[in-house]
Amino acid sequence: MHKKTLQRIRRVLAAIFFLGITLMFLDFSGTLHKFLGWMAKAQFLPAVLALNFVVIAILLIITLLFGRIYCSVICPLGVFQDGVAHVHNWTKKNRYTFSKAHNILRYIMLGVFVVTLVAGLSSIAALLAPYSAYGRIVQSLFAPVWQWINNGLAAISEHFNSYAFYEKDVWMRSLPTLIIAALTLVVIVILAWRNGRTYCNNICPVGTFLSFFSRFSWFKMHINEEKCIQCGLCTKNCKASCIDGKNGFVDYSRCVTCGNCMAVCPKEAIEYKHVKGNPTPVGANNHSPMTDDKQPDTETVDTGKRAFLIGSAVALGTAAFAQEKKKVDGGLAAIKDKVIPERTVPIVPAGAGSLQRFRTHCTGCQLCVSQCPNDVLRPSTDLMHLMQPVMSYERGWCRPECTACSDVCPTGAIRKLLKEEKAVTKKGQAYWVSQNCIVTANGIPCGNCARHCPAMAIEMVPKRGDETGKLLIPSINESKCVGCGACEYVCPARPLSAIVVNGVEQQRLI
Amino acid sequence: MKDITRRDFLKLIGAGTVATAATMTGCQNGGDLTPTGTIQPQKGQMTYRTNPNTGDKVSLLGFGMMRLPVIETEAPKGASGREAKSAPIDQEMVNKMVDKAIEYGVNYFDTSPVYCQGRSEKATGIALSRHKRDSYYLATKMSNFAPGTWPREESIKMFHNSLKELQTDYIDYMLLHSVGGGKDSMEMLRQRYYDNGILDFLLEQREKGVIRNLGFSYHGDVKVFDYLLSRHDEYKWDFVQIEMNYLDWHFAHEIEEENTRADYLYNELDKRKIPAVIMEPLLGGRLANVPDHIVREMKKREPERSVASWAFRFCGTFPNVLTSLSGMTYMDHLDDNLATHCPLKPLTSEELDFLEDIAKKIYDLKNIPCTACQYCMPCPFGLDIPGIFSHYNKCIKEGNFAKSQDESDYKKMRRAFLIGYDRSVPKLRQADHCTHCGECVHHCPQRINIPETMDMVNNYVEKLKQGTL
Repeated sequence: MHKKTLQRIRRVLAAIFFLGITLMFLDFSGTLHKFLGWMAKAQFLPAVLALNFVVIAILLIITLLFGRIYCSVICPLGVFQDGVAHVHNWTKKNRYTFSKAHNILRYIMLGVFVVTLVAGLSSIAALLAPYSAYGRIVQSLFAPVWQWINNGLAAISEHFNSYAFYEKDVWMRSLPTLIIAALTLVVIVILAWRNGRTYCNNICPVGTFLSFFSRFSWFKMHINEEKCIQCGLCTKNCKASCIDGKNGFVDYSRCVTCGNCMAVCPKEAIEYKHVKGNPTPVGANNHSPMTDDKQPDTETVDTGKRAFLIGSAVALGTAAFAQEKKKVDGGLAAIKDKVIPERTVPIVPAGAGSLQRFRTHCTGCQLCVSQCPNDVLRPSTDLMHLMQPVMSYERGWCRPECTACSDVCPTGAIRKLLKEEKAVTKKGQAYWVSQNCIVTANGIPCGNCARHCPAMAIEMVPKRGDETGKLLIPSINESKCVGCGACEYVCPARPLSAIVVNGVEQQRLI
Repeated sequence: MKDITRRDFLKLIGAGTVATAATMTGCQNGGDLTPTGTIQPQKGQMTYRTNPNTGDKVSLLGFGMMRLPVIETEAPKGASGREAKSAPIDQEMVNKMVDKAIEYGVNYFDTSPVYCQGRSEKATGIALSRHKRDSYYLATKMSNFAPGTWPREESIKMFHNSLKELQTDYIDYMLLHSVGGGKDSMEMLRQRYYDNGILDFLLEQREKGVIRNLGFSYHGDVKVFDYLLSRHDEYKWDFVQIEMNYLDWHFAHEIEEENTRADYLYNELDKRKIPAVIMEPLLGGRLANVPDHIVREMKKREPERSVASWAFRFCGTFPNVLTSLSGMTYMDHLDDNLATHCPLKPLTSEELDFLEDIAKKIYDLKNIPCTACQYCMPCPFGLDIPGIFSHYNKCIKEGNFAKSQDESDYKKMRRAFLIGYDRSVPKLRQADHCTHCGECVHHCPQRINIPETMDMVNNYVEKLKQGTL
């Protein structure tokens, strides 16, 4: 095997996964997920949450065979970091050093993650999860750029009377999520730029979990001491800081099997092969690493960790901000933007089952948000469930024929639904707000809610006390209402609709 | 017939050759840049009609000042092109068009205090004041639609303001504007013109010469038309303005039950020798914008004439038509209309039959009969009513109107309809936001039941979206 073969294979596969997942998030037309959806479902944490034992088993077997190639091929955040580190390599080569594993930190992080996930503090768990973090970055930061480019193309295609592209409204779905995504991006880029896989080996719960298995992997990077001249090039090129070349030691719990060490070794002393014998004890390191290297490295990691935690805290503190968007109108009557009404129970996508179940299964990756064609889904700004999707109906309603979110959800938080099931899934309950209704407040006949209710749950009935008998108010049949929000969306009362949907704790078919 | 001798034959050929040479030289030397292959207007060849009451020689093409060009402003993001409708009028372009129209013999200009969001009279006044007052006829209207303008002094104020805006002290053609509308059309007529004595006021002004011709424009309930004509002996209408075109001639009633066929209206006027001024000869441009197969049929017959020319020639063929008003927005509209009218070539009876067949085909398209006159606007709930209807009609015209999912092009048509809908009308101004408040209904001169039509459009959209067509 050529010494660069492993590195090349890894790069090609990583590029395929990385581009595939990124494109899936960017594509809002609902076409790519049919081909790429499996890439999201192959992510470790979503598979765990979806109790997708087949995927979990495959990933664990892969790890037990080949080491943590999951981290360098399948995980988009891992590949992203490699990309950043690689760019730094252009100007500064051979810059890595060996460092001891920070076991206490990474086990605490894994513990925090598991505890918060189980306890339902999903917003904290979602902050640490790698795939979701990457999804948020793409959806919040890259998607708007993608959509602006698309809108440019849409304008051109409109000019040529073509329907190849159509315009997509670019709007900020949640400021806190945007800030968190931006901070995550900054922190990840800094960490990756300075020290490669710092995040993966100190913070990432998936990385830490897989490290338990990678120690025992069949194939490993092995330093052939007969060939090794202790030049240290492997150490200097290990972005996981897990090779102590001078002492012939590799920390398999952190090695992501990237193959860079093999590729740079001048003597081809590093081999990827089955190694017999006991794996290196966890974190134990009988070989004393060079002390001059250790000091700066630890500091870097700590700085990064601090920045990450502080960044998250800042982001959490901004959760209460809401956003407004104003459109300028020409010769037509101005239309006031709708304001999001207070919903005591949030509305979550059809297929979520119970609110409780949904919350413990969703990692806030934003894939459903990126796919929602009706601009209904957006990340929650509620502190406890930050970044998990909720629905609101200012820009559209949850159309009966659309199952985009349930089609893409990799964690099973939104279960796959047939169109027929979706149309009759009760995800909320509409109620009438008399003081906002133009019929009662202004005496103008309307009935738009009843006309557009796809479930036929609304009828117009005479208003009590109206002598003319012409004023009709909506009568909502609770047993038929599915909470789709068509009524709320088309209600002419602005900025607050006179018919508002509240979520239900337990979704059901009606 | 004598045999052509060789000598004669050479003579003929020779003459032909000379003629051809002359034409070619003319082209080369003259640098004639006008597009060839289309009929060009001939200066001094405008067709005129004589008003029997005043002897006015009125150009058969009248300039309607309802659809004046506006200065294109940067449309707000996400807004449709037509949202720029409140943009200021492009006075420079209005001046240019008016100058050219007058140069080619157009002498009838029709405006109203309510046109172009109230900016038409002023723009008309500015453009026309640059010409001699006796070189054109001015038509404006008593547009007291809003109840606030019903009191006598308010209506009179409106009349005086028209004189001021038009920079003149007399009006050649004054109209009661759009009678026949309203929930109760007779009641509306009474409120606007009788109870406040405004009709008497206008008759007085005619006596005084401030108004040279008095008439009315009519849309809607035929009762009002019949009533006003029944009192012709008393009022002596100098002219009446009616909607007439080859589609309304046959199908006005079929398209909207409430509407009156144009042939009835024209014949009633003709019987009384009251000149007819024609509005909507093109149905708001719809008769200039027809599906390709109809274009083909027209071009097969008259390859050098525009689609619109057929509609004007239809109106102009009727001798009692005084003038056909065209709301021209662009210079090319004017150029084309001048070519049609300088001089007008009347239709033969065979061509009239052809147009009847065309009318049938257009009627069969089941378009929404909206002329984009904007009378219904602004909708209090922000809907872009003409925008919605024109998108619907455009899709029918362009063959993007699927009737069932089984059609081979269904996917393509669906995409064009839905994407095009969002392009031409912002989401919050689309048909699903119609509350059926009914504000618009009584403003529509075509008597379209706008709320029901909105439901029809929205149901179609829903079927496309849900895949249940």
